[in-house]
Amino acid sequence: MVLSGRSRLGTTVYWATHYLMIAAFVAFALFPLFWLLKVSVTPNDILYTEGVRMWPSRITWDNYAFVLTKSSFPHFFLNSVIVSGSTAFITTIIAAMTGYAFSRFAFRGKVVIIALMLITQMFPLVMLIAPIFRILAPLGLTDSLTGLIIVYTAFNVPFATFLMQSFFDGIPRDLEEAAMIDGNTRFEAFRKIILPLTLPGVAATLGFVFTAAWSELLFALMLVSSESASTFPVGLLSFVSKFSVDFGQMMAAGVLALVPACLFFLLIQRYLVQGLTAGAVKG
Amino acid sequence: MASIEIANARKSYGAVHVLHGIDLAIADGEFIVLVGPSGCGKSTLLRMIAGLEDITSGDIRIGDDIVNDLQPRDRDIAMVFQSYALYPHMTVAQNMSYALTLRKTAKERIAESLAGVSEILGLNALLDRRPKALSGGQRQRVAMGRAIVRKPRAFLFDEPLSNLDARLREQMRTEIRKLHRRLNATSVYVTHDQIEAMTMADRIVAMHDGIIQQVGTPIEIYDHPANIFVASFIGSPAMNFLHGTCIKTDTTSAIRFADGHILPVAPRPGLYAGQEITLGARPEHVAIAAPETPGALPARVDLIEPMGLSTLIHVTLAGHELKIFTMDRPAFAIDSTIHIAFDIDKTHIFDRNSELRLPPVIKAPEETTKETSGANGT
Repeated sequence: MVLSGRSRLGTTVYWATHYLMIAAFVAFALFPLFWLLKVSVTPNDILYTEGVRMWPSRITWDNYAFVLTKSSFPHFFLNSVIVSGSTAFITTIIAAMTGYAFSRFAFRGKVVIIALMLITQMFPLVMLIAPIFRILAPLGLTDSLTGLIIVYTAFNVPFATFLMQSFFDGIPRDLEEAAMIDGNTRFEAFRKIILPLTLPGVAATLGFVFTAAWSELLFALMLVSSESASTFPVGLLSFVSKFSVDFGQMMAAGVLALVPACLFFLLIQRYLVQGLTAGAVKG
Repeated sequence: MASIEIANARKSYGAVHVLHGIDLAIADGEFIVLVGPSGCGKSTLLRMIAGLEDITSGDIRIGDDIVNDLQPRDRDIAMVFQSYALYPHMTVAQNMSYALTLRKTAKERIAESLAGVSEILGLNALLDRRPKALSGGQRQRVAMGRAIVRKPRAFLFDEPLSNLDARLREQMRTEIRKLHRRLNATSVYVTHDQIEAMTMADRIVAMHDGIIQQVGTPIEIYDHPANIFVASFIGSPAMNFLHGTCIKTDTTSAIRFADGHILPVAPRPGLYAGQEITLGARPEHVAIAAPETPGALPARVDLIEPMGLSTLIHVTLAGHELKIFTMDRPAFAIDSTIHIAFDIDKTHIFDRNSELRLPPVIKAPEETTKETSGANGT
């Protein structure tokens, strides 16, 4: 019994250390978020006067009210939702079909195409801004949401394709062959049998592309000049003026910007968790 | 149900030739087993019949139709895969009725077929389960059910028992055979397991390197293998092979081994003095003999494997390792010398260069052995 008592103590210490480390990590990762929230509800007059406090002595929703009613933020949000949603949707459809082709078919030039797609991922975006601007300008695609969607889609398709391909690789070919013998065409087999099984992959790809587009700043800043086509990361900069930074409103906008992304992940999280652990255990 | 006819079917991937002109006629209701080692082209041939692989040249006919260019779904065949390939997101009932649903069969008809088939296969209690909640054996049964429920023109099986444990495999082997009797369905069954081939087939098609080596009933193939490959592949424990040179007088033929020992063999047409030959003897056709027995040769005991019902003795003779099958329980010491004798009438002689079997003397014209009739000459 002494032995089991000692081992019980050992187990407790072992798990306590585990949870402590996880808690420390979570605290570290989430602290900026907490600070975002804290500053967003701190009244402007005590923001600098109270010193460093974990929570202000009084709170206000004025910053939120201002951002929602008196600034262009709702418009920026809408732009961001349109751009990120469309990019995620279009990219995932293209990536699903391309990934399936890479996973299932042997065709001439396959290796070259894969290599080219990898190469696109190697350049820093800054290098490509100028040529992309020169290409999009005559087409009337600068200063437009469509232009942003096209550029984001083009940049996200390669990685999304490889992501989808890895999910398709995990699904045995026998399944669609069985479906084809049962009476499906290949496309029907893909749609009715393979795609439902890759939902976790689809969710992961959607989530990845959505967040990438949601938080993209460089292209949004360079390709769009008017306020009407600005996305929210660009909009955030409007709180920085030459003489001051309006932290309260900026943070309130930041918190609001988290909402769509959180909602989106809430929607797909069921599939996402399956997706990220797919193949980890024998099905 | 329908017959299947394959005429000069070839398959190549670029410069790699996988199948070199396959000719095979499968009768309506016949159970054919394609057997051979990995890479012999048996699965490719099956997939060509299914329409999952293109045919490089030649024709495949199911019933009266040439199906070369038909999609798998238009061939009216059913296939059971090694992995079972059950749709994970569908229940057993949905899995089994999927093909019928696609064919827009009336719901009552589907329910009727489903009830009939699940009764035969004992799946009644499992119809609402998903595949992941089933054991290997049950999954296998569902895969069978999915094929049967459609009443296709032919069944194709791609190593369907490979993923089962030995006992379940044996049980399913019997069940598939019984099912075949019941449905009398044209079936093509691919396996690398020669025991499955022997026990299940109406006719075996032995394949190697993309060529059909021999077609025949299991017993024909066992007793009259066309060449060294078939002789070595079919039968467990495998046939013993001893290399030597033919010596001949006017009246007798014999094989001389490298160590000088001589063994008389039954005369065969085509056997000539100095010919390099291989003697093939199944383990049950080699016996332990008294030293004074005519033709008995000394051999060293290497290993004794008791198997309960029988015993397998490993010996070395003239540098060749042999296995001897006996129903006795001998108590030889390892490394001791014993004498063994061959059942001369049942041993086979193969030409070492062509690897073909030299058939024994033909006693009457109608007794022509069948083993070469299906063999492909390419």
